[in-house]
Amino acid sequence: MESWPLLSLITFLPLVGAAFILTIRAEPAIEARNARYVALWTSLITFVLSLFVWFGFERGTAAFQFVEKVTWLPAFGISYHMGVDGISMMFVLLSTFLTPICILASWEAITHRVKEYMVAFLVLETFMVGMFCALDVVPFYIFFEGVLIPMFLIIGVWGGTRRVYSAFKFFLYTFAGSVLMLLAILGIYFQTGTTDIPTLLAGAEIPRSMQMWLWLAFFASFAVKIPMWPVHTWLPDAHVEAPTAGSVVLAGVLLKMGAYGFLRFSVPILPEATAFFAPLVFALSVVAVIYTSLVALAQEDMKKLIAYSSVAHMGFVTAGIFTLNQQGMEGAIFQMLSHGIVSAALFLVVGVIYDRIHTRLIDKYGGLADRMPNYAVIFMVFMLASVGLPGTSGFVGEFLVIVGTFQVNTTVALLIATGMVLGAAYMLYLYRRAIFGKLTKQHLMAITDVSLREKAMFAPMIVLVLWMGIYPVSFLEVMSASVDNLITNYEAAMAAQDAPSLAALWPSG
Amino acid sequence: MTYDLAAIAPELFLLLSAVALLMLGVFRGARATGEVLTLAVLASVVTFALVWLGPSHETVAFGGLFVRDGFAAFMKGLILVGTAVSLVLSWRFIERENMARFEFPVLMLFATVGMMMMVSAHDLISLYMGLELQSLSLYVIAAFRRDSERSTEAGLKYFVLGALSSGMLLYGSSLVYGFAGTTNFADLARIFGELTAAGEAPKLGTIVGIVFITAGLAFKISAVPFHMWTPDVYEGAPTPVTAFFATAPKAAAAGLLTRVLMGPFGDLVAEWQQIVVVIAVLSMGLGAFAAINQQNIKRLMAYSSIGHLGYALVGLAAGTEAGVRGVAAYMAIYLIMNLGTFAVILCMRQNDRMVESIDDLRGLSRTHPAMALAMAIFMFSMTGLPPLAGFFAKFYVFMAAVEAGLYILAVIGVLTSVVAAFYYLRIVKVMYFDEPGEGFDRPFGRELSLVMGVTGAVILFFFAFPTPVLDGAQVAATALTGG
Repeated sequence: MESWPLLSLITFLPLVGAAFILTIRAEPAIEARNARYVALWTSLITFVLSLFVWFGFERGTAAFQFVEKVTWLPAFGISYHMGVDGISMMFVLLSTFLTPICILASWEAITHRVKEYMVAFLVLETFMVGMFCALDVVPFYIFFEGVLIPMFLIIGVWGGTRRVYSAFKFFLYTFAGSVLMLLAILGIYFQTGTTDIPTLLAGAEIPRSMQMWLWLAFFASFAVKIPMWPVHTWLPDAHVEAPTAGSVVLAGVLLKMGAYGFLRFSVPILPEATAFFAPLVFALSVVAVIYTSLVALAQEDMKKLIAYSSVAHMGFVTAGIFTLNQQGMEGAIFQMLSHGIVSAALFLVVGVIYDRIHTRLIDKYGGLADRMPNYAVIFMVFMLASVGLPGTSGFVGEFLVIVGTFQVNTTVALLIATGMVLGAAYMLYLYRRAIFGKLTKQHLMAITDVSLREKAMFAPMIVLVLWMGIYPVSFLEVMSASVDNLITNYEAAMAAQDAPSLAALWPSG
Repeated sequence: MTYDLAAIAPELFLLLSAVALLMLGVFRGARATGEVLTLAVLASVVTFALVWLGPSHETVAFGGLFVRDGFAAFMKGLILVGTAVSLVLSWRFIERENMARFEFPVLMLFATVGMMMMVSAHDLISLYMGLELQSLSLYVIAAFRRDSERSTEAGLKYFVLGALSSGMLLYGSSLVYGFAGTTNFADLARIFGELTAAGEAPKLGTIVGIVFITAGLAFKISAVPFHMWTPDVYEGAPTPVTAFFATAPKAAAAGLLTRVLMGPFGDLVAEWQQIVVVIAVLSMGLGAFAAINQQNIKRLMAYSSIGHLGYALVGLAAGTEAGVRGVAAYMAIYLIMNLGTFAVILCMRQNDRMVESIDDLRGLSRTHPAMALAMAIFMFSMTGLPPLAGFFAKFYVFMAAVEAGLYILAVIGVLTSVVAAFYYLRIVKVMYFDEPGEGFDRPFGRELSLVMGVTGAVILFFFAFPTPVLDGAQVAATALTGG
């Protein structure tokens, strides 16, 4: 497959599918059915193609692979440059893996304007995959921002009652952050004369004072996207109002874009600023982990609860990235992947009962285990993975992050570990209220267990959660060389100049 | 002399065509309107070809009054596209709205000749002549529906404020002449260049003159604080005329302002930069905030264009070659987005009457999906979202601003674009999220669908083929800054 532009194929194949769906003209029912099948098959083929990347990827090297480079805007030296390394490769797979699941999840839930919905999802997939593959800052930004258009429409057209408010909030928050990033990108371009990411990674050498401003501009964008406390408020709204599949892709992939940005830009290109601001990120992460866990504990709406738990889990990720050691960073990336599957699955789990009863209020449920034993098992697996039970994917990520944090600052490690306890509390509480107890509520008496389609959705996710929990090496070995390289470069840059840090002002933990 | 005539061949051709069409109209009466309109479109297309095919090297003609260079050619291309498409857009409108008179296309052509003169002006006197030819024609076109109160009001308002701005421009020119002793751009550039090289500051009177000239031209591009006429004129003028106002004259005035500031006053960047920065910030801010509450789509487009010119001025504020390139590229993309948007607005007819409220677009994605898609593309593009063309437009001007070290201006610019995003999104929201209303009269007319389709495709696929516009803008910038 070496000669094939594999990454471009994966990126743009969904667009071809979308264009094809647009040409479908038939009676409404047939049109909707055809659109569903075209979307499903397109996304499945895309996923199969992305498996070639997984198997063809050479482990143990930090180099970019499957590289494609075409001149695009020669006047500025901007090129269409694609490639993956150990960090980005698995996110490409995560995106291609979740898209067919999203389409399956929308199979019956979406009944009006199916054609447009499927087009929006396929376009979204193109932008997501493209963002993780882009090796030039300008295409990266284009994909990063482009995501807003389909997501805005998905929330706004197919969302719940407050969809307009949520769609606007989502759009404006994210847009405000990312325009500042655009300026930072331009700043980097004029400082270094290049927009090529590998060149920038090899040593950008930006003066310290400028790094600070650029870092803050990037931070504005990524912090909103992750989202970090206190700019997380768009997330619960967006999640609650988005259709199930929208929540899935939002939690599964879109939240990872911010953290990926930290790994790709902030840490390697702006090392001094990263060291300077690391305590800030730790502080915000700790607040995110503890505060949003407590908020989650008080939620009555299932989707909102999972949304807040997402913020808490992403707090682990940001803390892990800024430990800047092997365990912490690998833990953060692992946690991102794990959260990408687990929280996506939890939204699907909520979607299953929402499709049946049309409410998300926890109080309206109870005793579901009686009527829906299979459902209870599926829910339990993902609930425990979210809690971080050993043997599931959640454990590995959180454990590594805590190990990494412990080496840097014991106080932060202690506080973050508290988050794990709180996480167990709100998830188990949710599970008890929804699944256990006596089945007394009238409207639940006729509820049906998961269908074959839903099982097909959950089966691969359960396999992955257990695989990642029991044998994490197959994922860690992919990323370790790249992470190692990232840390080596970072330390080399830091050794060159002995910079003061905010941490110097703090008592060392 | 023959050589001089060759330099103005496109203008000459267009002027003669306009005169010929006027004769045709006079002798054949109102029956000839359709023919005149068709021939006017044809004349603009031929003129476009003449500009396109003409030699690209710089030629100064008529004793330094007129210059033909890459910058002028690029801007003339934009102007002619704006004119031709606006003429096409007015096709059905003038018949339906009972304003089918042959003077209409002829006046548009005269205005266009004026605009072409403006961007080719090489002397303050020829600048003024071009500007007045344009303005006087536009005043009449704005008030073309003389039985309509709003149209007449628009024309009068435009005339009074336009006359004021012309006065300011003239006053500024006379001051510059008084202190520098010449009105020729090349001589002015030489004088100020020598002055700067000698390390002397220009005389106060010169600066006052520059301020007045800038203010006069800022009126024409409707930059804040000289924007007051814009919303009323946009709303009052017949819609195809508004489309014309929003495109060709804006490109011409932006081109003229760029030429004046970068040409004769190019060495006085330090003196005028702060003015342009302030105007840009105010325009972007007002364009973003004032549009939020608008209910009439034409008024909204007026504020939107104020904002967009603010962004274009960000490029000019940089005062560099990259800045000029940014302005040129911005105007090109702005022009296409606006033509497309006005094509959509012209389709907004219910029960054989134009409707102009944003609310009338509700549920458009259900009633007219293709039209909604086109409008959504334009709105997202105006927001500046990649991968649409509007993003590249903003990218280039901000690139110039960052390169020139105008960080605060750039930050204000991107933040106002977030505010502006709100009202562009509101239109998308009305079209996609709301329940459908009555729907619009069909058929729209092929020419409107064609304009929508072509402009929409250009905006959508710009990322794949950015080079023609960007190279053109680069050539224009190089021609102007001589770099």
